[in-house]
Amino acid sequence: MPEQNVLLAGTDEHDLTKLAEYRAIGGYGEALERARAMSSDELIDELQKANLRGRGGAGFPMGRKASLIDRKSAKPKYLVVNADESEPGAFKDRQVMATVPHRLIEGCLIAAHAIESKDVFIYIRGEYLTEYEILQAAVDEARDAGLFDGVEIVVHRGAGAYICGEETALLESLEGKRGQPRPRPPFPPIQGLYMAPTQINNVCTIATVPVILEMGAEEFAKTGVPSSPGTAIFSISGNVVRPGNYELPLGTPMRELIYEHAGGIADGRELKAVIPGGSSVPALTPDQIDVPLDYDSLGAIGTFFGAASLIVVDDRCCMVQLALRSTKFYMHESCGKCTPCRVGTRWMVQILESIENGTATRADLDLLDNVGDNILGKVLCALGEFAVYPVASYLHKWRDEFVAHVEQGGCPFHGSSSLEGILAPSDQHAHTPAGQEALV
Amino acid sequence: MSTFYDDVQKIRERYPEGSRSATLPALRLAQEKHGWLSRQALEETAEALDVTPAFCYAVASFYDMFHLEPAGRHTIEICTNLPCALCGAQKVVEAFEDALGIKAGETTEDGEVTLKAVECLGGCGYATVVAVDHRYRHHVTPETVTEIVEGLGDA
Repeated sequence: MPEQNVLLAGTDEHDLTKLAEYRAIGGYGEALERARAMSSDELIDELQKANLRGRGGAGFPMGRKASLIDRKSAKPKYLVVNADESEPGAFKDRQVMATVPHRLIEGCLIAAHAIESKDVFIYIRGEYLTEYEILQAAVDEARDAGLFDGVEIVVHRGAGAYICGEETALLESLEGKRGQPRPRPPFPPIQGLYMAPTQINNVCTIATVPVILEMGAEEFAKTGVPSSPGTAIFSISGNVVRPGNYELPLGTPMRELIYEHAGGIADGRELKAVIPGGSSVPALTPDQIDVPLDYDSLGAIGTFFGAASLIVVDDRCCMVQLALRSTKFYMHESCGKCTPCRVGTRWMVQILESIENGTATRADLDLLDNVGDNILGKVLCALGEFAVYPVASYLHKWRDEFVAHVEQGGCPFHGSSSLEGILAPSDQHAHTPAGQEALV
Repeated sequence: MSTFYDDVQKIRERYPEGSRSATLPALRLAQEKHGWLSRQALEETAEALDVTPAFCYAVASFYDMFHLEPAGRHTIEICTNLPCALCGAQKVVEAFEDALGIKAGETTEDGEVTLKAVECLGGCGYATVVAVDHRYRHHVTPETVTEIVEGLGDA
């Protein structure tokens, strides 16, 4: 299937960061007018018919989420856009904000109308400084042009914490606190931001909303595959010839994305593994890549669509080192609230280090599984599970390689792995408050 | 000339009354003013937000982008997460360490440059990604490191 620019439509020919150019291709036009002519119920009905599934990771239908908002509540209703893109492998939201910020803003205005909200917050990760500047300029330009109709959009910058991509941690952070997830229930549509009904959606989800209104929900629902309509921007990275973002209809075969769009495996190497949804999901072996890229098809083979972000790994990589580097990330980003995640990720790192340096026994492989099993389902949010899913898949699918470490008393790659010696932020001590006087 | 206190009040107006949502923007502003979040910076922030310094410290210590110790005038942050790592990020780390004469995590003697390995910056398709004073540089290789280090003086 060829690339199909829908979210990114017009970006090749126009500078769509400018309001005039976005309007010239129909932006803030029919779609917005059509939405505003509808009642809240009608618009939510339209969004439900479109069956747009959330592009942030969980794939929950966006229209259904809107229908759960407690619109009878006397409190304000909030729309929050999750632009805290931090999943290793994902860089699609960044491109949307940098190249089509007005499509995101138009989506905000439509989605806000659906849930009768006047207050929109876009929570953008702190590291995205250039994208923040582009988005803020676009918000100001659209507001000054009188397009907001009583709605206010605040772009709020994060300050460096992966966990804030988790929706309740994001809300805590947006409220000015440490970004630690909340127990659920209550769910955000009932009690979210400032304890008021709150809709939270990913950047790409909201930026697709104007497309639905333009095409009509019934037509939109016919695109992609029936269970997952529309296009997705797939981020592909790692050992491929042409890494980058490719917008493709959902249901595009994974093999086609890797071997045609991305040009296949780089440097004449062999494919070893694909981590299909960002680093948090179970990896696939080369014989598993004849799968359509959509939520249900990936779910059926035991992994996740996630953030539509494929990390391609070639045969130079040691899977124990891959597991170790991945787990160091989740350990570093664990917020510390739930003991199984806070402590368990550290244990996982210690066990993986002992496997890599050859001091582990076969019993340690079982212990690694056991620690993982004691994180799964025992934590408030998915971060702990994100640490376990990939490592469990590496351990089970590439078990021979783990066993070889134990039997040979060290790494069978003998220093030649592509991840050899890779430094993780948790290995350095840049963030210790040395020299800082304790505050009372 | 507006003061830090006034600037923070303007930020607070964007959010509902009584909320603490201005905390992160205020801490960022304080860090820009002081270079890092010293005791004085945290006390000024607390005063402007009408909260305790301990609250500000608790929040600041949660987030990687806040410095709780003096940082260099420039920051170089190298992504070493999986996609960049698979494409040779460690060689880029070592090239920066050699060029600056410090280890990742350290600041040069003269207080000019802080070098750090960081988690995924969201530029995985353009490995290796390096944020130089928070502006992304794509496709960085050991060969382009010298040019980046020499270019720091221009900022």
